Amino acid sequence: MSATISEPLTTTAAWTAVCAYDDLLPERGVCALVDGRQVAVFRTFDGAVHALDNLDPFSGAYVLSRGIVGTRKGEPTVASPLHKQVFSLATGRCLDEQGVAVPVYAVRVSGGAVEVSLQG
Amino acid sequence: MRKLVVVGYGPTAHRLVETLRDRGFDGRVTVIGEEPRPAYDRVHLTSYLSGTTLEDLTYDVPEGTVTRLNTRVTGIDRQARHVVTADGGVEPYDVLVLATGSAPFVPPVPGAEHAYVYRTIEDLDAIRKAAKDAAEGVVVGGGLLGLEAADALRALGLKAHIVEMSPWLMPRQVDEGGGAVLKQHIEGLGLAVHAGAGVQEVVTDGEGQVTGLRKPDGTLVEAQVVVFSAGIRPRDELARAAGLEVGERGGVVVDPGMRTSDPSIYAVGECALAGGMIYGLVGPCNTMAEVAADRILGGSATFEGADMSTKLKLLGVEVAQFGAMTGALDVTYMDPVGGVYKKLFISDDARTLLGGICVGDASPYTSLRPFVGKALPASPSDLLFSGAGANLDLPDEAQVCSCNNVCAGDIRTAVADKGVTDVPGLKACTRAGTTCGSCVPMLKQLLEKSGVEVSKALCEHFTYSRAELFDIVRVREITTFSQLIAEHGQGRGCDICKPAVASILASLHNGHVLEGERAALQDTNDAFLANIQKNGTYSVVPRIPGGEITPEKLIVIGEVARDYGLYTKITGGQRIDLFGARVEQLPEIWRRLVDAGFESGHAYGKALRTVKSCVGSTWCRYGVQDSVGLAIDLELRYRGLRSPHKLKSAVSGCARECAEARSKDFGIIATEKGWNLYVAGNGGFKPRHADLLAGDLSTEELIRTIDRFLMFYIRTADRLQRTAAWLESLEGGLDYLREVIMEDSLGICADLDAQMAHHVATYADEWSATLEDPDKLRRFVSFVNAPGVPDPSIVFESERGQIKPVMAR
Ligand SMILES: Cc1cc2nc3c(=O)[nH]c(=O)nc-3n(C[C@H](O)[C@H](O)[C@H](O)COP(=O)(O)OP(=O)(O)OC[C@H]3O[C@@H](n4cnc5c(N)ncnc54)[C@H](O)[C@@H]3O)c2cc1C
Ligand code: SF4
Ligand code: FES
Repeated sequence: MSATISEPLTTTAAWTAVCAYDDLLPERGVCALVDGRQVAVFRTFDGAVHALDNLDPFSGAYVLSRGIVGTRKGEPTVASPLHKQVFSLATGRCLDEQGVAVPVYAVRVSGGAVEVSLQG
Repeated sequence: MRKLVVVGYGPTAHRLVETLRDRGFDGRVTVIGEEPRPAYDRVHLTSYLSGTTLEDLTYDVPEGTVTRLNTRVTGIDRQARHVVTADGGVEPYDVLVLATGSAPFVPPVPGAEHAYVYRTIEDLDAIRKAAKDAAEGVVVGGGLLGLEAADALRALGLKAHIVEMSPWLMPRQVDEGGGAVLKQHIEGLGLAVHAGAGVQEVVTDGEGQVTGLRKPDGTLVEAQVVVFSAGIRPRDELARAAGLEVGERGGVVVDPGMRTSDPSIYAVGECALAGGMIYGLVGPCNTMAEVAADRILGGSATFEGADMSTKLKLLGVEVAQFGAMTGALDVTYMDPVGGVYKKLFISDDARTLLGGICVGDASPYTSLRPFVGKALPASPSDLLFSGAGANLDLPDEAQVCSCNNVCAGDIRTAVADKGVTDVPGLKACTRAGTTCGSCVPMLKQLLEKSGVEVSKALCEHFTYSRAELFDIVRVREITTFSQLIAEHGQGRGCDICKPAVASILASLHNGHVLEGERAALQDTNDAFLANIQKNGTYSVVPRIPGGEITPEKLIVIGEVARDYGLYTKITGGQRIDLFGARVEQLPEIWRRLVDAGFESGHAYGKALRTVKSCVGSTWCRYGVQDSVGLAIDLELRYRGLRSPHKLKSAVSGCARECAEARSKDFGIIATEKGWNLYVAGNGGFKPRHADLLAGDLSTEELIRTIDRFLMFYIRTADRLQRTAAWLESLEGGLDYLREVIMEDSLGICADLDAQMAHHVATYADEWSATLEDPDKLRRFVSFVNAPGVPDPSIVFESERGQIKPVMAR
């Protein structure tokens, strides 16, 4: 369980619109399907958006989008809903177990739409 | 780059490579193990039979380690410096470490090949399988492990026997007096003890099926499963064949630096003969691994022998031994009625503690073990009678955790220099408490003694306990998490405080759990009103109050399960679980269930789950009251009640107790005159029978008392604290509880009653409310940008005619 995940990401620089910004509840996530990849998109309390891979590396289930969003020492986080390991929304790093991380994707709000790019 | 090869991948090998990694070893590390998986926790292996998964037991492979599993090393070529494997492979080394452990000793008696041993996952799988068609089992060997194995057989549903050669059980840990008390306990568990008996033969029928075990006196112990746990033999065969020095009675001879007679080969763990001793305990093995790692890194650590203190891990039987088992003086405390035997061994000047034996009460083990070899901290009689041990000041060099060799001083340093303030912090920083866990109470005491106020803070966002937060929310009339955290906390919350606050808000105000900001507070179960399972699907559980259900409703459940291909299981709480629903299917499934008159069973929430019942006076010839009717009333009254932990209840129609009401958070047993109310049973992993709170109550009195019990618990318990632990933590216990809720000693009963009345009046089914609300329904999709697409990662195979999840990896 200690391998760092560093899969090569697809090279499409394109942005994919996944939903309206207003569809996101503050401090909850949704999952979007982008080029066959499951991306967890979160909106935090301050209005910022973050995107992580939806795969929980501990359980092997695609569930991170359904975790509880919060903070740890000020850093925005999500806790896996299965075994509660906490991941940084900013870096994808697991804050409970060194050496584990999930990929982070670029995400932006453009004209009221949330857009994701798999090119990190 | 240096090449290090480790032979054997057990706990000791794991500790070695982990230590090397932690300390920055830069060579190549290859671990070759015969078993098909990386090292796993053998100490907790038995829990595998009761449901602990292989995954939970298996250690992570330390980063940068090359592993070759399923591979047996068959030879060492010391000249060429390589090892040879059974598949013909060759692995060169600069440094070789033998961590081949040991093998269970099986005495060479006829039929022994039909018996099992108790050491590996495969052994346990085989025993479990054999136990399926067996009625009785026998374990040969009444030591620590033999008793554990016998108890495991019992848990598998067998009548279990223990055959021990010595005149009493656990001869290496207890003396004759202790053995007598121990026997009482073991027989109390339902195990049959045959002491002073050996084995002549494992008896089989014509087909090779075991039928029993013959003792030397000719008598037969009938059993279809025989397990040997009669000691271990170090696996030194590789070392022997390679010409390394081995002991007369086996074991690879090592020096204090864990080096064998070949300076480039080390041996650690149960295969090593250190100072003339084989250590069959995880603590010393770990220390050996750390010493070897230090040497490999150029250090000069030495292994000085180790503490052989041990504790039996059987539910409800405490046996422990520490230090020496003889001494010039000894002091014994014996209470045959209570089943307690405690003995301390002391030096001839009556000053130094040499060791001790405890049966029935192992508290001296935790508190006194660190004093072995040191001045007695109090008079022996005080230590034994009053259990004065709890308040002792440990010297710095006293060992607190023997599994991981951590001393009191290490703990104090962690507190003073590294600012550690809680047990998890100590575990992370010192490793103490991470193996067998028996030292955790000691860690807590040390923390308290170090002046650390053991924090009751819920998490980093709130410095208050749950009970304090409950009062804040109630008194200040706070209705949102945002207001609470802005005024009384910091940051934006986490998976610990958010659900706790959600539960407090729900207990006080009811209202839909997904309404407004509350949606963000819920754990995934409450967020989707269903129970998440390992592959990310959910289970659906309609409420079946009291377990009573019409054929029509049964058919609807069957049809829904069939139409959605769900796995169906009847639960212990008299409900029907439907597993394997994807998020987007939940509303459709619930639409059909709600239309048929079902409502949510709250199987997902920390809330009332079920009130189970027996058939009661309506049908049963013994019943004295209508247990079904009462169970239904209670379940409907308390449905949806949010609490610190899930709540279960049951009602039995007479003292025969068919509903097992005394194993519940609150349980009711009918009497000729009314109802007896029992509270705070269950207890989870530490089972507890409920205590009688009040007897012969009328239905009205009963309901009022339960109302108050539940509300007082909800108001004052900690996060995730069960009623059992809560009652144990109440100062004054059951009497105090009675005073508060039956005599109104705190003057809060009216308040508690009003709170429950509010709950009952405002309850609404969460699922029917969700189905009415398009906004909430929109959240039930696998993909926000492809609402109709099912999650392709969810795959099933079938087992016994139903679905079962397949994990991607
Ligand atoms: C059920 C059970 C409960 C226990 N409970 C406790 C307890 O409560 N407290 C306590 O202190 N101790 C307990 N122990 C003992 C403790 O688990 C051992 O002391 C410890 O695991 C020893 O570890 P080891 O790595 O030295 O040996 P092992 O665990 O035996 O590991 C050695 C490994 O090497 C492999 N191997 C051997 N030869 C070769 C070869 N030639 N090629 C490749 N691989 C090879 C073996 O297959 C094995 O996987 C318990 C043991 C058991 C079995
Ligand atoms: S508890 Fe009593 S009333 Fe209920 S089923 Fe058993 S025997 Fe009958
Ligand atoms: S004594 Fe076993 S974990 Fe500390």
